[in-house]
Amino acid sequence: MENIKKFLIDRVLLFDSETLPDETEKVLQNIRREKNEHPVVYISSGTGSIISGAENTYSAAKSYFSSKNPEAAVVRTGCSGPLNFEPLVCIQLPGKNKLFFRNITEEKVEPLLDGVFHNDIPEEDIVGQKGSGDYGMWPGIPFIDEIPFFGCQKRIVLGNCGCYDPESIEEYIARGGYRTFIKTIRNYTHSEVCEIIEKSGLRGRSGGGYLTGSKWKSALYTSASSRYLICNAKESDPGAFVARSIIESDPHRLIEGIAISAYAIDATTAIIYLKSETGLALKRIAKALDRVREYGIIGHNIFSSGFNLDIQIRTDPGAFVCGEETALIASLEGKRGMPRLKPPYPANYGLAGKPTVINNVETLMNVPLIMQNGPDWFRSIGTERSKGTKVFSVTGKGRFSGVVEVEMGTSVRYIVEKIADGIKDGGKFKAVEIGGAQGYFIDEASLDTAIDFDVMKEKGIGMGAGGFVIIDTSTCIVDLVKYHMEFIHNESCGKCIPCREGTARMYEILESVIKKPRSDDSYTTLERFKGVMQLESIASVMKDASLCGLGQTAPNPFISALEKFRDEFEEHIFDRKCRANVCRGLRTFIIDVEKCTGCTVCATRCPFNAIYGTRLQPFFIVEEKCTGCGICYDVCKFGAVIIK
Amino acid sequence: MRKNEKVLDAIINRYKSGKREDLIPLLQEIQEETGFLSEEALKKVGSLMGLSTTKIYGLATFYDRFRFTPRGKYHLVICNGMGCYLNGGGAVIAKIREELGIEPGETTRDGKFSYELSNCMGACIHGPLLIVNGKYHLKVKAEQIQSMISMLRKESENPKIT
Repeated sequence: MENIKKFLIDRVLLFDSETLPDETEKVLQNIRREKNEHPVVYISSGTGSIISGAENTYSAAKSYFSSKNPEAAVVRTGCSGPLNFEPLVCIQLPGKNKLFFRNITEEKVEPLLDGVFHNDIPEEDIVGQKGSGDYGMWPGIPFIDEIPFFGCQKRIVLGNCGCYDPESIEEYIARGGYRTFIKTIRNYTHSEVCEIIEKSGLRGRSGGGYLTGSKWKSALYTSASSRYLICNAKESDPGAFVARSIIESDPHRLIEGIAISAYAIDATTAIIYLKSETGLALKRIAKALDRVREYGIIGHNIFSSGFNLDIQIRTDPGAFVCGEETALIASLEGKRGMPRLKPPYPANYGLAGKPTVINNVETLMNVPLIMQNGPDWFRSIGTERSKGTKVFSVTGKGRFSGVVEVEMGTSVRYIVEKIADGIKDGGKFKAVEIGGAQGYFIDEASLDTAIDFDVMKEKGIGMGAGGFVIIDTSTCIVDLVKYHMEFIHNESCGKCIPCREGTARMYEILESVIKKPRSDDSYTTLERFKGVMQLESIASVMKDASLCGLGQTAPNPFISALEKFRDEFEEHIFDRKCRANVCRGLRTFIIDVEKCTGCTVCATRCPFNAIYGTRLQPFFIVEEKCTGCGICYDVCKFGAVIIK
Repeated sequence: MRKNEKVLDAIINRYKSGKREDLIPLLQEIQEETGFLSEEALKKVGSLMGLSTTKIYGLATFYDRFRFTPRGKYHLVICNGMGCYLNGGGAVIAKIREELGIEPGETTRDGKFSYELSNCMGACIHGPLLIVNGKYHLKVKAEQIQSMISMLRKESENPKIT
């Protein structure tokens, strides 16, 4: 182990020339497991995989080999994409292409491995093969790039995810890692690095899309005794898991990105602000940091360059608003996480009054790549004003879900139809929601909108942190807006009135829309209509008058839903009907006289005594007593209870 | 209780400098070791930091992850992410709230159950997701909650001899 470390530091990291000598390359190939003499089994182990049972698969594969072929290796890797395929297993036989298999649970391991070793590939489990030229091809098996989910993506930021063991620094270095950082601190000055990043056109991947290089420059040129770099890995939007997935799969590149960025703004302390629930991500990044310190890549006077850097991890104590820059800083200072007015911006006056740059995970992941390949390479990807790629966590009703990456300028339709492969279970597409709890709905008509900061801004859409939720017609838009409003209402910090009161009122009104009062007299109806008429004005006040981004963007789901699905709102308010049959308060149940056998099950189970009848005769529901709970619908064995 | 006090003192000793920016990590560590923030703990932290107990309590209640009662014997974590919600997670949460009669972060009076909501855990296709004492339950339906909880109740009354 010591030998490998010495070798990697002296012969790889500190090697002057760009290309390494052949003998070094050979050793690195071995570390990368490219020329393996024994079988290697890679098991995808992100949180999503572990929930699907990847740990059991791992131990089953281990015990399989311990008896039959102790030389073979079983390796945990990061998550490579589709959640539907988890636990995803990749088998590499010596001199052959990698084979990917889907949904390999514990009991499938033995037959699968037995089969592969005897050249008998189980067809129902195979996903595809992946390999380069000089390796043996498996006949009759599709290449993984031919599968739309993989082939339609442009994986740059996620390039390493799922390819190596995230706990092994050796493998990362063997893949060319950390050389860029060493090269940067040896050859460039702080402002040169800022210049390169600014020239590349990299824009902050969360929210505003501000030019990263300009932000860094502003911090670098503010005179101060020390500066801070904060990596904002706190994404707590419902439905977003980009940052977590990246940290679990490729922690080392994130550390390299942080290290280069910290050098660029001359910060000696960097802080990774992590979500507290992400146990696995926390474990992996902490382990990666330990190894990096051991190698001397961060620490005091790094490789005699005179640059000092310390990276700390802090977990958030649970407040959504701490995703906002100034609230995050307040929370790091040991105060309540409440935002303050900007300016002064954190880049000039941040943590402890020092210039502080806050970037999110995806932005920082791009930095080592730009430094390695040059700004012109990065400029060649993407559109005129939005360069590079964008990572989304696709979930919801699409056939595939998982973390995907596309080039800027790709249309939303492309992700929905090609990568997510349409709607699952034969459902019908309704909308896409981009940007989590403060996101926007994109309906069928505007599906061709390109993923691009400026194009989206023009249409009034914010891209957000990467939540991409596909919804189908079985989802009620009003209910979904209410869900988001409840979330924001719970998370509002309470500092400014428009957000604190506005979210509460909007939530109340939305709830009155989807609830059916026992008696719908004229007064309650009037109140409901009055509330509904006020919703729009509350939304616009919140947008204009809230202190921070959370409040200003809180009414977004409502505004965009009202614009696109006004008819559905009106149906809820006037006709008291929910077309998706989701809103419980608006469901009316009746019993089909033809089908009812009079078994009395529904009548005995009804908590409100709303069902009457005589045994062995058709029953009936008293509408005034019914609350729409749906228990009768669930318990009826004959399908006699129907939703009107 | 004695043991908890010792643990508490040991943690507080480590943060002797009493800097304000250490306050949240200190509270997080206390919660991790002892399971919750007791009144005793808040008082001790207050005297260390030179802040009033109300101030510390005010800070701790601002954040969702701090709890002020011990966890129940069965601790339920429910995913409140979007993927789970679309698959019926909202009904599961409502049902658990109704069954246990407590809000997230609280513990039932008999000390058997507590639950909390979590952000998206990234297993959206298996949603709704419920974790009981670290064990994952996938694709949970609201109808199952009642029997699940009564089973756990029974189990806690006559623990299996293994």
